[in-house]
Amino acid sequence: MACKFIVFSIGLALALGIVHETGHAGEWGKYQVEDRRSGYTYRTKETRAMQDDDFQNPGMALVDEGEALWSMVDGKAGKSCASCHQDASVTMRGVGAVYPKFDIGLGKLKNIEQQINTCRTGQMQATPWKWEKGQLLAMTVYVRHQSRGMPMNVKVDGSAAPFFEKGKAFYNERRGQLDMSCGSCHEAYPGTRIRADMLSQGQGHSFPTYRLKWQKVGSLHRRFRGCNKQVRSKPYKYGSDEYVNLELYAGWRARGLPIETPALRN
Amino acid sequence: MTHKFVLVTAFLVALVAHGFSIANAVESSKIVQYVVVDEDSLPSLNVPAILQSLTGKKGDPANGRKVVINRKKGNCLACHVMPISEQPYHGEVGPELNGVASRYQEGELRLLLVNAKFINEDTIMPAFYRNSGFNRVHKKFKGKTILSAQQVEDVVAYLMTLK
Repeated sequence: MACKFIVFSIGLALALGIVHETGHAGEWGKYQVEDRRSGYTYRTKETRAMQDDDFQNPGMALVDEGEALWSMVDGKAGKSCASCHQDASVTMRGVGAVYPKFDIGLGKLKNIEQQINTCRTGQMQATPWKWEKGQLLAMTVYVRHQSRGMPMNVKVDGSAAPFFEKGKAFYNERRGQLDMSCGSCHEAYPGTRIRADMLSQGQGHSFPTYRLKWQKVGSLHRRFRGCNKQVRSKPYKYGSDEYVNLELYAGWRARGLPIETPALRN
Repeated sequence: MTHKFVLVTAFLVALVAHGFSIANAVESSKIVQYVVVDEDSLPSLNVPAILQSLTGKKGDPANGRKVVINRKKGNCLACHVMPISEQPYHGEVGPELNGVASRYQEGELRLLLVNAKFINEDTIMPAFYRNSGFNRVHKKFKGKTILSAQQVEDVVAYLMTLK
């Protein structure tokens, strides 16, 4: 009898152990998929709480601005975004999860910012918005925000494959006087402190993001330029092929993780 | 007239080409040449080393400590914990440097600073005394080393105080 009880206890302990293990693997809940962890999980409790609360998250202001711009008529064609795409919460849902993507007309990748400006110069016959200025940032945030919570799911095979490979090569190529690649930090040392900051896995699925360091929302290409300058390398231009390819690779690194735009980061 | 023009042009081309070669020569000769000694030729070493001071002078440990802290110079605290308590938040990427002088010899530390890739080609640690062979360097830093030869010596001298 006692023997049976012991066996039962061991069985129970093992079962609990397994439950515990499963619980441990999902320590970060939806912000972790396999060994991929969102930059969210490397931030402080306070920063995470601020992102989680839409009334405190300073990036939400751009969602509102983007919403206002969505139905603003501009350009010679007398159209707004809504003229073609109606309700963004329906038509833009999922878009943020699959960009950048291959564009047949261009023969290369196109990201959200570039698609917005394609619509402006083509359908709307309006002037393109400038990179890193309020309107383009707000619209990009607004579009990606429509996919908030959806898993990042960029296409990296087929026509996108050669651009994905270029992005990956960029990520792993040393550059600048400090002679570091993106991977030197973000592959080898995520979760490790450099001074007061903590390195993430270098993904980029939730950009444009509000950075405390910037005290404003910025694009992923601004972040790329900042990293390149920090290793004392000549940065590329906003919207350059190099950065759009890198954006695809960074997006793939976040595959399966939920889109957080507007995220909050250091 | 045409003939003269050709001659002048040829002279200018020669001058420009010559100027370029001078510029290149200056660039690579700007850094002090050094000799790397490996463990095979000097068995008392654990890793390769540069035995001679780059400047022929002794380093100044007090200035070395300043260079170590300065974010635009050594910026060593970005990656290493060091016994510099007035500076908060030391990085954790590299090994702690407390006691580093009992683990390495002076010449070994000098090479680790000059170009740690002699010892480990995959290291993230920048080469602090190298001015060429980089990819897409920002123009502000082209042809330059992160630290001067004397600054390297000063940092070596400082690290040697960390017994």
